[in-house]
Amino acid sequence: MSVRTAARRVGTRTLGALGVLWGAATVTFAALALIPGDIAYAVVGGPDSNPSPEVLAEVRREYGLDRPWWEQYGAYLLRLATGDLGTSYRFHSPVTQLIGEQVGPTVALAVSAAVVGVVGAVVVALATAGRRPGVRGAASGTELVLASLPSFWLGIVLLTVFSFTLGWFPSIGGEGWRGLVLPTLTLALPLGAVLAQVVRASVEEVLEEPFVVTARARGLTDAGVRVRHVLRHALVPLTTMSGFVAGGLFGGAVITETLFNRQGLGRLLLSAVSSKDMPVVLGLVLLSAAVYVVVNLVVDATYPLIDPRLRSAT
Amino acid sequence: MTTSLVAQPSPAAATPPAAAVPATLSPVPVAPSPSRPLRTARRLRVPPSVLLAGATLAVIVVAAAFPDALAPYDPLAVEPTQTLAPPSGAHPLGTDENGRDVLSRIVYGTRSSLLLGFGAIAIGLLAGTVLGLLAGLGARWLDAVLMRTMDVGLAFPELLLALVVIAVAGGGTRNALLAIGIASTPSYARLVRAQTLGVRRAGYVEAARATGLSEAAVVLRHVLPNAVKPVLVLATIGVGTATVAGAALSFLGLGTTPPTPEWGSMLSSARNFIELSWWYGLFPGLAITVLVLSTSVLGRYLQRRAEGGVR
Repeated sequence: MSVRTAARRVGTRTLGALGVLWGAATVTFAALALIPGDIAYAVVGGPDSNPSPEVLAEVRREYGLDRPWWEQYGAYLLRLATGDLGTSYRFHSPVTQLIGEQVGPTVALAVSAAVVGVVGAVVVALATAGRRPGVRGAASGTELVLASLPSFWLGIVLLTVFSFTLGWFPSIGGEGWRGLVLPTLTLALPLGAVLAQVVRASVEEVLEEPFVVTARARGLTDAGVRVRHVLRHALVPLTTMSGFVAGGLFGGAVITETLFNRQGLGRLLLSAVSSKDMPVVLGLVLLSAAVYVVVNLVVDATYPLIDPRLRSAT
Repeated sequence: MTTSLVAQPSPAAATPPAAAVPATLSPVPVAPSPSRPLRTARRLRVPPSVLLAGATLAVIVVAAAFPDALAPYDPLAVEPTQTLAPPSGAHPLGTDENGRDVLSRIVYGTRSSLLLGFGAIAIGLLAGTVLGLLAGLGARWLDAVLMRTMDVGLAFPELLLALVVIAVAGGGTRNALLAIGIASTPSYARLVRAQTLGVRRAGYVEAARATGLSEAAVVLRHVLPNAVKPVLVLATIGVGTATVAGAALSFLGLGTTPPTPEWGSMLSSARNFIELSWWYGLFPGLAITVLVLSTSVLGRYLQRRAEGGVR
């Protein structure tokens, strides 16, 4: 692939990604405009606060609510472009600051769940693909059950068994890695089960390929074939699902953090939804859309690294 | 390139609709007998797991339609002397913090839980089908506008999109149902569009057009049924997923709220009593899991059949 086509490809993708982000910003702006009632009331503390007209007018001026909608829309996009997500109605502090304060625990949870889920899925799928029907059936049956578990129930079951009955892990909060184990499993098990199903399907496809026969003929052990030759192919569908994984982790964080009483973006989002703190809700939603878009851009760029055949093709 | 787990329409899926087949070629007649469904199942070689899933779903639907026939108690009847009682002969699945019978609450909760699942899928399917058909059959600019909008929708995780709708419209059963329906619309719209593009150029559609049928009749009688059929199969799985999403919203306190029995909100209350009762947190979640398992087993089977994998 010549440098020029490569540059053009990256350019188109980036433009597409920016388009999606612009659309997402427009959707959130529309959501803000659609919210019933006067935003100024939400800022001063709900319809019961009975503010004076002067206060309302002041708030409207401060938040630019007295301008026509296209001016507000333009100002909104400009602010977003500079990384300003607005000010929380409830906390009266910048949304970016609130996100910054809560991002740490959620990233720790999401990363550990992603690692456990992905590694577990790859190991299980590599080990069980194409085996005797009994082994394969047991593995895919377990995956089907795990993938069907609602995470909020899985968490309750894990708490009942490992926290309250066996006493191995703390139930709520908990310092360090011990507090992270059960929330991680709650997120990782259903996710890993879905991924394992996808990886197994692709591993089984690859095991039928002629080059696997060649590798075996060269005297490689079965484990060697799977790890050195099949694994790389199995990574392609896994990479494709990265955006899905990121989204699932973010959505799952809302439930897991609530269930385990953990700090984080999920809890922040839930409390913002309940109190109609729209700038925080929309800031978080935009953040997740941005993560999804960036992950997919990175995935696109990674394909040629995994599969050398894609380096020559456009 | 496509990340969809759904297979593209295969020739088997694109068989002409029944209307195009002469009446003399009616399906193989089945001898009427008392156990006709079972015999049909045997003839079609339905695996036992699928039969079990179907039977389970039948029980669940009966529970939703006639909860009083299955529940031993009134789901709202409070018994202050029997709070958090473990499973016993009188209360097979124990009682909750107000002394209400957990089994009865699960049975009565079926209706609210299924209402969320089916209602949301109905909205998602309907909106997705209309948008997908418009995109697949309409002008290129319309297709581009609609599909780029759906791309934006797909950039949000479904639960987050549902939360935005709830933040705007407020919580409660109706809004939760609407929220999940809206959140699931983009993926259905994309599917219906892909199917429509495949069906639009099929020989039988050209033939129908050549017989002088109006464009609307061609779309309604030939394009729509064939484009939607594979999507309907997927919607079987979607019912399970949407029920979980609905239960999740109720669990978060944004869907169906107490005292109305609903599986997710039962789990939300149970969370406060994990230390005192294992049964309260166990059984409502088991009900959700069994429902999801059944819909995925059935849905996957229907999907394989539609693709001609099982015969």
